[in-house]
Amino acid sequence: MRFGIVRFPGSNCDADCHRAVEEGLGEDAFYLWHRDRDLGGADAILLPGGFAYGDYLRAGAIARFSPIMKAVESFARAGGPVLGICNGFQILCEAGLLPGALARNAALRFLSHDVHLSVERTDTAFTGAYRRGQVLRMPLSHGEGRFVADATTLDRLEEEGRVVFRYVDAEGNATPEANPNGSLRAIAGVCNEARNVVGLMPHPDRAYAAILGSNDGLGVFRSALAATAAAAS
Amino acid sequence: MSPGTATAGPAMGPELAADHGLSRDEWNRILEILGREPTFAELGVFSAMWSEHCSYKSSKPLLRTLPTEGEAVVQGPGENAGVVDVGGGWGLAFKIESHNHPSAVEPYQGAATGSGGILRDVFTMGARPVALFDSLRFGALDSPRSRYLLDGVVRGVGDYGNCVGIPTVGGETVFDPVYERNPLVNVMCLGLVRLDRLTRAGTGAPGNVVLTVGSRTGRDGIHGAAFASEELGEETADSRPQVQVGDPFTEKLLLEATLELIERDLVVGVQDMGAAGLTSSATEMAERAGAGIEIDTARVPVRETGMTPYEILLSESQERMLVVTEPGGEDAVREVLEKWELGSAVIGKVTDDGLFRVRHDGEVVAEIPLTPLVGEPPMVTYEAREDEAVGRLRGRDLTDAAELGSDQEARDALLALLDAPSVASKRWIWEQYDTTVGTNTVVRPGSDAAILRLAGTPRGIAASVDGNGRYVHLSPRRGAAIAVAEAARNVACSGARPLAVTNCLNFGSPRKPAVYHQLREAVAGIGEACRALGTPVTGGNVSLYNETPAGPIHPTPVIGMVGVLDDVTARVPSAFQAPGDEVVLVGTSREELGGSEYLRTVHGLVAGEPPALDLEEAAALVAFLVEAAGRGLLRSAHDVSDGGLAVALTECAILAEGGPVGVETELAGDGVSAAALLFGESQSRAALSCAPGDLEPLLELAGRRGVAAARAGRVGPRGGPIRIAAAGRTAAVDAPEAASVYDRALPRRMEHEAGLTT
Repeated sequence: MRFGIVRFPGSNCDADCHRAVEEGLGEDAFYLWHRDRDLGGADAILLPGGFAYGDYLRAGAIARFSPIMKAVESFARAGGPVLGICNGFQILCEAGLLPGALARNAALRFLSHDVHLSVERTDTAFTGAYRRGQVLRMPLSHGEGRFVADATTLDRLEEEGRVVFRYVDAEGNATPEANPNGSLRAIAGVCNEARNVVGLMPHPDRAYAAILGSNDGLGVFRSALAATAAAAS
Repeated sequence: MSPGTATAGPAMGPELAADHGLSRDEWNRILEILGREPTFAELGVFSAMWSEHCSYKSSKPLLRTLPTEGEAVVQGPGENAGVVDVGGGWGLAFKIESHNHPSAVEPYQGAATGSGGILRDVFTMGARPVALFDSLRFGALDSPRSRYLLDGVVRGVGDYGNCVGIPTVGGETVFDPVYERNPLVNVMCLGLVRLDRLTRAGTGAPGNVVLTVGSRTGRDGIHGAAFASEELGEETADSRPQVQVGDPFTEKLLLEATLELIERDLVVGVQDMGAAGLTSSATEMAERAGAGIEIDTARVPVRETGMTPYEILLSESQERMLVVTEPGGEDAVREVLEKWELGSAVIGKVTDDGLFRVRHDGEVVAEIPLTPLVGEPPMVTYEAREDEAVGRLRGRDLTDAAELGSDQEARDALLALLDAPSVASKRWIWEQYDTTVGTNTVVRPGSDAAILRLAGTPRGIAASVDGNGRYVHLSPRRGAAIAVAEAARNVACSGARPLAVTNCLNFGSPRKPAVYHQLREAVAGIGEACRALGTPVTGGNVSLYNETPAGPIHPTPVIGMVGVLDDVTARVPSAFQAPGDEVVLVGTSREELGGSEYLRTVHGLVAGEPPALDLEEAAALVAFLVEAAGRGLLRSAHDVSDGGLAVALTECAILAEGGPVGVETELAGDGVSAAALLFGESQSRAALSCAPGDLEPLLELAGRRGVAAARAGRVGPRGGPIRIAAAGRTAAVDAPEAASVYDRALPRRMEHEAGLTT
């Protein structure tokens, strides 16, 4: 399987995604440039973390207009698996491929530490390899990661089972202390209606090997492998 | 100062030179070199290149005494960064740099641009930066000014590294009123380079083409190098125009473009336009190659019209680099730069006449021989004389402070130390830094040394930054040697073999005999310790004139030590791992409370003789720790420093993975007081733990290595009591309570600062 990793000039987790796929999963990864107009035959697309175009305006606000994003949008609308991590999630929200937005952390500071997430749904392109309710540990690192949306949208996301990850404590409880950035309803990740586009703020790409402190994130990439194989058969 | 037109300026003479920070002797030397009066632009060039910041004129004669060679050293001092061989074909490029004066004036931008500069020093060598470390000093946190500076500096270091995508994985932060108006912001960068791709900052042969790359040149930071070479006065807030503004996004583009240029073999040499901007990069690159260089300032892309050659030569606008390529290579270079959306311009060429020739629209505005300008700047030696008051501080009787009247006093002292911001958890700081980007971080901040894996090999890289201004203030030579020994100990506690050192010398004005004495003695101490530990100095930075009207800072040499682990899985954590493990203390505790954090925090005293340092003992401890780690005998190892054994053992207990654990220990020391046993800072000691079955072989190894070691107790249960007994007194506290004091010390003092800056 081939994962295409979209590089914007200010992407800085592109290499992390590459290593997670090649070293962690043992599949192929290759880079796509933000000016490219096609996806080079990728089976799945990863939008990595970073500061795509510097993000001095608003995270992801400019990246959505890049040439590659047109190709990513068509790929997503055709059912192709697309994962946005951190800045990648922000870009997917700005591009309208995912609902909601990511606002500044409630504490108004950049935050970088490990968090626990519960897997709320296993019926997406990137969570099939997990158990429902499974608690994952992985790093988070962002200044603008507070998931926000209006109450109607939030209710709809809950009803449609589109909240994919939630911030919880080590035992799986969604306590206020476990929510690092003030995300509404402790939402850490969501998916689109068709469940092939997923975005999350924490970094599965930095949790693919025990030596990094956790390999809980590897399941995200493994899930895509299974989903693609299933779609092909 | 208004530079006037391209060729004319204010009336030339020794007075104008003095306004540029040049002495009468230096003015005469300029006349001698040129055989005429300098032009205004030339005066600016001399002023910048002969500033302390660029020429190291008062420190270089001292720095020359440092050991710089060793088996692992690939590149010593004199380049953008030092490089050591870490195996597997990899070189580790590393260097530390200060940005103290800019941070005192504008903490966010000062710290951010400091990070930017040191990153460029590393990637211009062809090395991909993989980690940042910061060594910070602020005033006491009860001062609003100190809180404002801490908040801004942390945001500045954090935002810059976070945006470029380089993790900040370690550091140290110390608070003392002497730094209130003159904080120290030192940043160390580590980068990895394939040794066959290592690039040096020379111009190569005559005929080569010179380009500026990156941001346009503006009027910001003009004469920043000279600014950094002055004391901070009451009017320094007016110096804000000398502080540059950072753009980490452009930095990221420069980083990627530079590495691509080097990887594709398209450039001869690259140098950051750092202090003294275009002037220093052009002249230093040409001088290293023994060539000459000619540039035309009218061809430099500028931000505003009407900039004079003087301004263009001396601007310190950020995120700019000077790149040299072979003739005909310009198009290929430009293609890479355009991919990364970076501007560039050909501004000149390498010549064979040994001159720095500057034209503006063709007209020559400066022509200076490079050797006397760059290679032979005037050196200065000042009078050195120790301040008598310091001698009296050292001789002070500490008998009263050594009295611990009761167990309650022992407990209160321990809790006071855990709550002291210099000792307490720095989590509040490093949680604002991205510590994991790059997926190399194996041990994050909060341990003795940070560890990165070396991809494609079984190896690991360890590093630590350390300094202790109090010790150096009381005894410069010993204090500086202790900084080296402590850094080596931190690296060895993690299981890594210390390899080499970069240093950042933060001192006051060398024109004061007491300060020059501190500088001279401290450099001697660093040299002695580096020789004894086999860790040569590969470069560094000198920051002088750290003074305000209130007086100089504590002299603060900061040591950045790097080391290597042959097997990264053999790394040793700082904290206890399992209840029931044996606690082993190595080293000898003496009656040494002088200069300790205990004296400062509990008794408000900075006095006494700092602890003695036996360099053979220090080297033996390092060798023992590395061997014990390699043989898998250690569950944990933690350096004993600020706060002594009581703080070290408490940290081991409360930082245990999964939550605080208890510990029961009895400290031994013949005739040593309870206070000195608990809180003294005797050197070359470490607190270890091992599985019960490994106790015998561990003690046997210590004996064979000539290191004093003894079992001192056992790791207790989760949430259990911490009880540290010594000479009839016991410091006892519940682990969760100790953890809460230690964790809350910084956040509770900083909770109202959010949102003050940016």
